[in-house]
Parts: sequence; C-alpha cells; structure tokens
Amino acid sequence: MIRKKRIPVGEIPLCSLADISFLILTFFLVSTVIYADKGIPLALPMYGDQMNVPKKNICNVFINDVGLIMVSETVMPIALLKENIRQRIIENPDLIISIKSVKDTPYKTFIDVLSEIKLSGAGKISIAEMEK
Amino acid sequence: MKFEMKRKLQANIPTATMSDIVFMLILFFLTVSVLKNYTGLPVILPDADLEVIRKIESRRHTGYLWIDKSGAMSYNDKIVGVEDNSLYSSVYDSKRKDPQLWMFLQYDSRVRMEIITKANNELRKATAIFVNFATTTKQK
Repeated sequence: MIRKKRIPVGEIPLCSLADISFLILTFFLVSTVIYADKGIPLALPMYGDQMNVPKKNICNVFINDVGLIMVSETVMPIALLKENIRQRIIENPDLIISIKSVKDTPYKTFIDVLSEIKLSGAGKISIAEMEK
Repeated sequence: MKFEMKRKLQANIPTATMSDIVFMLILFFLTVSVLKNYTGLPVILPDADLEVIRKIESRRHTGYLWIDKSGAMSYNDKIVGVEDNSLYSSVYDSKRKDPQLWMFLQYDSRVRMEIITKANNELRKATAIFVNFATTTKQK
C-alpha cells in the first residue's frame, strides 16, 4: 500500500509585509526634513592676534548706516564694487580686504558687500567695526 | 515489491520571525535616535548670490547661533547674551568638546552691525573662528 504522507508546508503570507514596509517608508519620508543650511563661509581672525600688515596691502571698504560704500576714499555704488576689488587684487595679490562698518549699519548691507567682495575672488577678508 | 518513497528533506529557514526582529530593530532605532532640530528665533535672513553661498559641511560639527531683530541671541536653543559672558562660555564649551566646530550664524537682516560685531568678537574669543553667515539665495 502506498501511503502518501502529506508534508505540511508552512507558508507565511508575505503580501502584507510590503504594506507594512511602505508604511514605515512613508513615516520616514514624512518625518525627515532635508536641511539646507547654506551661507557665506568666512574665517574670522583669532582674538588678540594682531598682525602688522603693510598699509599698501590693506584695502578698506567702509559702509555707513545709509548704505554708502567707500573704497579707499572713493564712494561708489555697490554695482561697481566687484570690478573695482577685482582690479585691485590683480594689481596686488596680497591685498587684504577690510570691511569696516559703523554701528548702525544694517546687517543686510554688510552681507551685500561681503557677497560682492566674495564674488570678486578676494581670499583675504577681514571684518571690523570702525573706530571712533 | 515495496515502493519506498524517499522523503525529501525540506530545508526551509523560517522567515516569519524575521519581520518581528526587523520591527524590533526599527523600534529600537526610533526610540534611541534623536532628531536634533533647533527651534531658534524668528529671523529674516539676508539674501546673497548663489555663487558665494556654500552648504555647511556637517550638521554634527555645527553650532547654531541666532540673533533676532531685537538683538536677542540663542545658541543651540539656549538664550545667551554678550554682557553676562554666557555666549562666550557656551560657545567655548562646545568648541572644547568638538574642535572642528563651525558656527552657523543666522542673523536677522535688520540687526545693526554693533550687535553683530559684539557677537563675532565673543566667537573669536572662544576660538570659534570658522563661521558661516546664513543667507538665502537671491532670486533673479
């Protein structure tokens, strides 16, 4: 007599696994925030680290409280700043651009100037407050 | 003649418990991981050209400093000030713990430079000299 023994096959329903994993995926998609922390990078000088730089290697950029910009005794609009600084750097590659602002200068104006100077390709930028 | 049926050996790895283990792992990570996300202060960031702005290197090695319109400062969601040296001490503390710290400075565009220079000087004293001035991208 041939007896067929039925072997029990343990099947796991796997169709719901996909649903569950999609749920988790959705959770992570919703809870993850893509951070876009962007800005203008700059290295500040060390505190009390005073360097004696020859005067010809410094280019002062003054910003006053109404947004007027003066580069070495000449007042100029912000649109001309980039080209002016670029010319100065070509003439003297060691040039340090020193941005000096007065107390009441809005931060917005400062960032505009900093952005233009960065665009001109200046590598050495220092920021300072104008002394009285 | 006797037929002998050879029982085939079924080598099945039970995968039913695998999902349970995976779920346990997921729950573990969900409870352990903390999404570090600072509230900060309400600021309107200035905008700058796309060519000059860079992304911060890593959120892990970044300290977040906010200065809002009124001049209130918040460092990593802790209200700090210049006068009582709390800005200096907290920045110095995180710089000591993490020497490759970058500062991400979210200053409101309407703040006067006097306050900003004061804050920057505190950062310089705390040797946190690598900074990133937070901006938005200028719309053309």
